[in-house]
Parts: sequence; structure tokens; C-alpha cells
Amino acid sequence: MKATLIFRLLLPILLLAGLSACGPIEPWVKPYERDRLADPIMSLDPDPVSTAYIQHVFEAREGARGGEGSAGGGCGCN
Amino acid sequence: MKYRRAGIVASILLLATYGPVIADVLPDDRADILYHLYDGGGVTIDGPSILVRKKVGKSISFVANYYVDMISSASIDVVTTASPYTEERLQKSIGMDYLRGNTTMSISVTNSEESDFTSDSYSFSVSQGMFGDLTTLTLAYSLGKDEVRRSDDDTFVREADRQFYSVGLTQIMTRNLIMGMNVETITDEGFLNNPYRTVRYVDSSNPIGYSYEAELYPNTRTSTAIGIKARYYLPYRAAIQGEYRFFTDTWGILSHTGAISYTHPWGAWTFTGKYRHYTQGQADFYSDLFPRSEATNFRGRDKELSKFVSQNFRLQASYAFLQDGWGFVDKGTVNLIYDQLLIDYDNFRDLTTGALVGEEPAYRLDAGVYQLFISFWF
Repeated sequence: MKATLIFRLLLPILLLAGLSACGPIEPWVKPYERDRLADPIMSLDPDPVSTAYIQHVFEAREGARGGEGSAGGGCGCN
Repeated sequence: MKYRRAGIVASILLLATYGPVIADVLPDDRADILYHLYDGGGVTIDGPSILVRKKVGKSISFVANYYVDMISSASIDVVTTASPYTEERLQKSIGMDYLRGNTTMSISVTNSEESDFTSDSYSFSVSQGMFGDLTTLTLAYSLGKDEVRRSDDDTFVREADRQFYSVGLTQIMTRNLIMGMNVETITDEGFLNNPYRTVRYVDSSNPIGYSYEAELYPNTRTSTAIGIKARYYLPYRAAIQGEYRFFTDTWGILSHTGAISYTHPWGAWTFTGKYRHYTQGQADFYSDLFPRSEATNFRGRDKELSKFVSQNFRLQASYAFLQDGWGFVDKGTVNLIYDQLLIDYDNFRDLTTGALVGEEPAYRLDAGVYQLFISFWF
């Protein structure tokens, strides 16, 4: 089980390392083309304190956990 | 008697959050003061959450969070098998980010305390920017140690350990599209069930037709979740986001989560609407009504382990002020968020209706979740 787990975690890294070994990758979106992505409305997580709270609310009432890039914690308080 | 789940105490990424879009820049200095209120199903939970993040020099950033849950519970579980209670949970976290070149290393420590539950977690993560900062890879590990007690038995002390392994990838796809992917495996070992919770079983010797006995969960659990998000910039300056998450674990729970949101700025205001849909199958050892006492090796009647569909509707309004700065403050926002949470249980029955045993209607949870917070950048 542990070996499978470690393999799962390492696989993306190995793939990326393999990609980079093929030669330098030219950024296809240049830094001066990222003005829209820098707009605050494009943030994947603009309010971390709020995100952590609502994920805690869901996690306390649902069986699933993790995989969302951030996680709340604590008791379920059902 | 209290009813709560010895749930995850992660906060692993509360402090680290999603992999930064650009790994070689530390997060902005900011302070957030939030008041939260959950009201539904006979349960009221409210309290503050305060988060402060501050850089020291050019390569170090500190972050701290103080969070409180004030709980008053007369939930469906409590009214059918116990007495209403009040409880307080206090969670404190501190963390530090260290930037070196294109690499950000983060550590954090979290403590969560209740009168009958203590949890400590220790987290470490590394983020690396690659390919001209189009890609940010984040690896994270966290160790959690729980101590579960009973308020009515001083001699009852059980422990559980929890380990988190997480790989996150943030990828700029085009000048209008950014994506994030996260794979997280969590392993638990120890006392994983709620020490107060019971299951019910058919008992013809009892006038009501059933009796209760203690839950019994397996001592181990391993879960894997894979989540993906995509956010797209619309031509008239608005954003749309889609999310999907797949989850499976060794208890037999399998779930899908999907969400879509739309963000629209209007002057100093920003409005967001979001719909989230969650479905899950039940755990192998879940039953609303077991056929007899000790019918199975493991048994649980926590509705969180049952089969259900959860829907969440969100409205958010944010107002930006001090946009030209004031003193040491660069800008601020005040935010109001309302979430309507509806959970339709498939096989968790509402025993308060007095219907025939095993034919009670399925339970439905309808809750309102409110957040009011103010944020300052400095």
C-alpha cells in the first residue's frame, strides 16, 4: 500500500522531470500577456480565511475530504 | 452528552492555500477578520476567525490564524438519543513561508481544542515555479495527532494519527485560462469513531421496536481525492469557474463534487454566485437500522456515512474601499457571503416523525451559512 502511495505521489514529478529533460520549454504565455490572469477576479482562492471556513462546514457534513487545494479542520459538531 | 465527529484537523493548506500562481513571490501582507454563523438542523455554530499574514524582509512571510466555533446543538442525532449541549472549539495556527529563488517552503503548526478532544497537526510544503512560471508544483505533507476523550468518563482516552500527502499543480493554460489540480491521500489510524454516537437495531423486546448500541468503526482509513479547477477570464472583465472532485476511500464511500461559479465586478463592488452539487454513496458498514445487536463486525449510523445528495447555493458581495490607501493600509474590502445548504439523505431516517420502524421518512437538512468579513492589505 505504501509503495503504491509513494508511486502515486511521485508519478507527476517524474513526468514533469521527464518533460523538462526534453529541453527548455518556452513559456507560451509571456509575462506581459498575463495582465488578465493578474486581475484579482482571476484568483483561484481570493479569500483563504473564508475558503477554509466553508470547506470545514462541508467536511463536517460529508464523507469526502481533501483534494480541493485547501482544507478546514476540527470537529464535525453534528 | 456531546455529539461530534473526531474529524479532520488539517489546516494543512489553510495557511499555504492553493499553490501560488507565481511561486517566486510571497503572498501579500493582509489581515482578515471574519464572523461566521451556521444555522440549520437544530444546530447553531458561530464565532470569529482572524487571519494575519506579514512579510519580514524579502524572503520570509509569517501567518497566524485564530478560529472559534461556539456550538449549540439540538440536532436530529441529539434529540433522538441524547440531550442538547453547548460546546466551544478553539483552533490556533501559525506558519511561515520561506522564499528562495523559484522555491517557496512553508511550515505550519495547528492546535484544536475542545473539552473532550485535542488535535495537533504539523505541516510542511514546497512550491516550485517552473517553465517561466507557467507551472507551479506544490508538494505537501502533514501529520495530525488526535486525542479523543469522553466528558462523562475521565478514564476514556483514545488516540488517532493522520497523515496527509498532497500534490498540487497550478497551470497557466492561456492568457485567459488558469487551472489547478490537487491529488490528496489521507491515511488514518487509531480511534476513528465518535465515542458518543450509537447505531440502532431491531429489538422486539423494546416497546418502540428498536434499541441502540455503540458505533464501531474500523481502526484504519485511507482516502484519495482528485480535484481540478479551471477559471476563465471573460472578455467583458468577469470570471467563470468550474470545479470537479472525485473521492474514494477504503470504507466504501465514493463521491463526486461539481461546482460552477460566476464573478462579476461592478465599480467598487464584486458579486459572485456559485452552485455546488455533491453526491456520495454510503460506507460499507453504514445502516440506518441493523437487523439485530452486533449484526456486523463494524457498524455506524452517522449520517455523514450514509448515501445522500448535497446542494449549495452561494451569493457573495464584496465592496472595495480605501482603494487609494490610507496610512499603512493599501486597500480594504468588506464581504458578505450567504450559503444555502440542502442535504437530502437517502437512507438516514427521521425518527422524530413517529412512523413505523424502518418506514420513517428520510431526513432532510436545510441550513443557512453566513460569513461577514473585512480584509485589509498593507
